[in-house]
Amino acid sequence: MVPLNWYIWLSGIVFIIGMAGFLTRRNIILMFISLELMLNAVNISLVSFSHFLKDMTGQILTLFIIAVAAAEAAIGLGIIIALFRNKATVHVDEMNEMKG
Amino acid sequence: MIDKLLFGYLATAIIILSIFVITRKNPVHSVVLMLVLFFHIAILYLTLNAEFLAAIQIIIYAGAILVLFLFVILLLNLKEELVVEKFVGFWPLGLSAAIAFAILVAITTAFMKGPEGNIGIDVIRNETNTKVLGRILFTDYLYPFEILSVVLLVAIIGAIVLTKRRLKS
Repeated sequence: MVPLNWYIWLSGIVFIIGMAGFLTRRNIILMFISLELMLNAVNISLVSFSHFLKDMTGQILTLFIIAVAAAEAAIGLGIIIALFRNKATVHVDEMNEMKG
Repeated sequence: MIDKLLFGYLATAIIILSIFVITRKNPVHSVVLMLVLFFHIAILYLTLNAEFLAAIQIIIYAGAILVLFLFVILLLNLKEELVVEKFVGFWPLGLSAAIAFAILVAITTAFMKGPEGNIGIDVIRNETNTKVLGRILFTDYLYPFEILSVVLLVAIIGAIVLTKRRLKS
């Protein structure tokens, strides 16, 4: 029987790796990928809690998070495509039109 | 014993793959490595008695979202990534913020589990995970389910509106 805190450690480490990737990469596609990594870390934690607390709430929440992540990925990538039409770059450092 | 070994392999593979995902130069390599990562996470769900979620993870995440990412990378024609510096100038700051967060999470080890429910593993194994999940989703969580369908509708409409080319009249 795998103890619960192993799963929590795994979820925390993957979340922190996703956070480090989100804060340090300049490519906006890779920032989105790190965001999906963070959401998956939360999913691991929710499913493991649902298993250990003998309750189905964690799995229901995981289903909702997967659906919302799909919707958000679609909208976010649509925004990137619309942005790419005006300024042909994917580096967030060069998207500084609104800088004062 | 064997389940601890399996969990050890899955955890090591997930952590190593996620480190590789955030440090690749080519975004296509990142997406393909993420595909392998999602398969490992689906196997982890299988060991936690959630086979419906494992199937949903593979179908939606690996089959739809990553394909969407690959199409967008194809449309944007991201070849010039290979010449530019890939990390921001202040990447030690981001890394140290992540390590500080890690230390903060490691300190909070004194947590207590909440109240236990009554849907144990044997209940789930009698009827399948899909049936139990469906029963609870459509009775207790019906209202969030309907809101979720509206969220997906908004995502469809929004994606079309954002990427539609305006005809110059």
